[in-house]
Amino acid sequence: MTTNILTTSSLSIGYTSKKETVTIAENLNLNLKAGKLIALIGANGIGKSTLLRTITGIQKPLRGTVLLKDKKISNYEPLALAQNLSMVLTEKLPPSNLTVFELVALGRQPYTNWIGTLSDKDIQIIHEAIELTQIGHLSQKKHYEISDGQLQKVLIGRALAQDTPLIILDEPTTHLDLLHKVSLLKLLKKLTHETGKCILFSTHDIDMAIQLSDEMIIMTPETVIQDEPCNLISKGSFTTLFKDEHIVFDSEKGKFMIV
Amino acid sequence: MNNPKRNTILFSLLFLGLIVLFFVNISLGSITIPFKEVYTSLTGGQSSKSTWEYIIINYRLPKAITAVLVGMGLSISGLLMQTLFRNPLAGPYVLGLSSGASLGVAFVILGASVLPSILSGILLSPYGIVLASTLGSTTVLLLVLLVSQRLRDTMAILIVGLMFGSFTSAVVGVLTYFSSAEQLQKFTFWSMGNLGNLSWSSILILSICVLLGLFLSLLSIKPLNALLLGENYAKSMGLNFNKARLIIILATSILAGSITAYAGPIAFIGLAVPHIAKLVFQTSNHTVLFWSTLLFGAAIMLICDVVSQMPGMEITLPINAITSILGAPVVIWLLVRKRSFK
Repeated sequence: MTTNILTTSSLSIGYTSKKETVTIAENLNLNLKAGKLIALIGANGIGKSTLLRTITGIQKPLRGTVLLKDKKISNYEPLALAQNLSMVLTEKLPPSNLTVFELVALGRQPYTNWIGTLSDKDIQIIHEAIELTQIGHLSQKKHYEISDGQLQKVLIGRALAQDTPLIILDEPTTHLDLLHKVSLLKLLKKLTHETGKCILFSTHDIDMAIQLSDEMIIMTPETVIQDEPCNLISKGSFTTLFKDEHIVFDSEKGKFMIV
Repeated sequence: MNNPKRNTILFSLLFLGLIVLFFVNISLGSITIPFKEVYTSLTGGQSSKSTWEYIIINYRLPKAITAVLVGMGLSISGLLMQTLFRNPLAGPYVLGLSSGASLGVAFVILGASVLPSILSGILLSPYGIVLASTLGSTTVLLLVLLVSQRLRDTMAILIVGLMFGSFTSAVVGVLTYFSSAEQLQKFTFWSMGNLGNLSWSSILILSICVLLGLFLSLLSIKPLNALLLGENYAKSMGLNFNKARLIIILATSILAGSITAYAGPIAFIGLAVPHIAKLVFQTSNHTVLFWSTLLFGAAIMLICDVVSQMPGMEITLPINAITSILGAPVVIWLLVRKRSFK
């Protein structure tokens, strides 16, 4: 019996401007469970970011609720939210002299005192996060001296140090080559199984997500479905993903073909 | 490498250097006073010449204290702004805060004749100038902040700061047209920067303002460290961004505003000193940077003051000229040597 970490019930996402309300997706009933690696896929502009922004409490839902550990996400204080939900974003880091260790250590901010002193327990958790993400050899390097793939791992290490049951990553595999994409996703898979955390990530690497994730959330203009990859293949959900006759999903091989 | 041992040594050296500089600053000046006499005057003993004692207690000591306060305050306000705006070129002078303060003071000094006499009476008191100056710098900082939220491009923010500078000098130009020679002279002297001429009571007000600003900066150390990863990461780590930003803005406005009111618009200290601290300590951790910037700021301001006194000579150069002569090359060097921007 796995526990639910985040659930949405009859959630509608979108945004309201002065003139109109734009609904991107309606009636979402998603369920993020502990120990699961969940991939969020969908074509560009389908609303993946809006969905992530809504379930992380940055943006208000149009209707319905987002429950994080049985409590409405809008009812969380910023600090309490940071102790339950950590993020890895796509944005570039501003220039600074931060070392890898210091960057990971910033993940402890929700727990430290007013001036940010690290206790022995904080340091122990930081070392664990560094070990889990295998970045120990980099820890004294400046964050701008390491490669994109290494930086992604460091940012994941920071999220781990934040010690939250749920980690959300926005397109962590972009800008990486095949080797680093695979090693990053395998790392995420290992983390969910070893730490019992729930990890949700958005991606365009659908082939890899099918092979490595426990569950997938597919966003299409008509509907949003959550299920295990093999069930989604047998249901034929991937065929509706792209509206283009030249892209066909081969359900035997589990990948997209260009015809 | 960022090891604590190296930091301890650097801090001790810096602290010792600051104390030495403080005494050197007091002993040097247009009138030569033997070091031994300086020491006896400072420790409350009877100096062999009463004029020497008078010069030291009522002129040089207040000036040295002002230099320390000004150096610390401007440097810290520069450090806060560089992190808040994610821009290595931010500083109270470059972002137009000093211009805003100038405008406030210009209105008070030059516009006094236009204002009703009761109001000008209040505004011309020492508190009035501080108030006008702080109001001026806060207004500009809020405007810069407003612009910076619309424009993600940090270079644009600097250009906006420059524009405020031009705008201010234009308005001051218009004001000078309507003011008397006496008012004009007062304003010109103020705008060249002056660390001397502060009475002990003014120093008390300045100290209170600077200490308040530094206290607010101390509270901002943790938020500033979070902001090193950018606004969104900082928020995801539980930072109340609006509150943190308000405190940072308040701190910089109080520091830059009060200092500019008393010592005039002093250029480049706020921009250059945090970079020197970052370069020497090789870190972005604001716990270390706060104290190192504080010490470097005080030390560099004391050096600039010694240089402006031209020891052994009759003349005194305006402090603003010295900080610009020393500061401008530092900034150009920083720009060319791009690595230090990381």
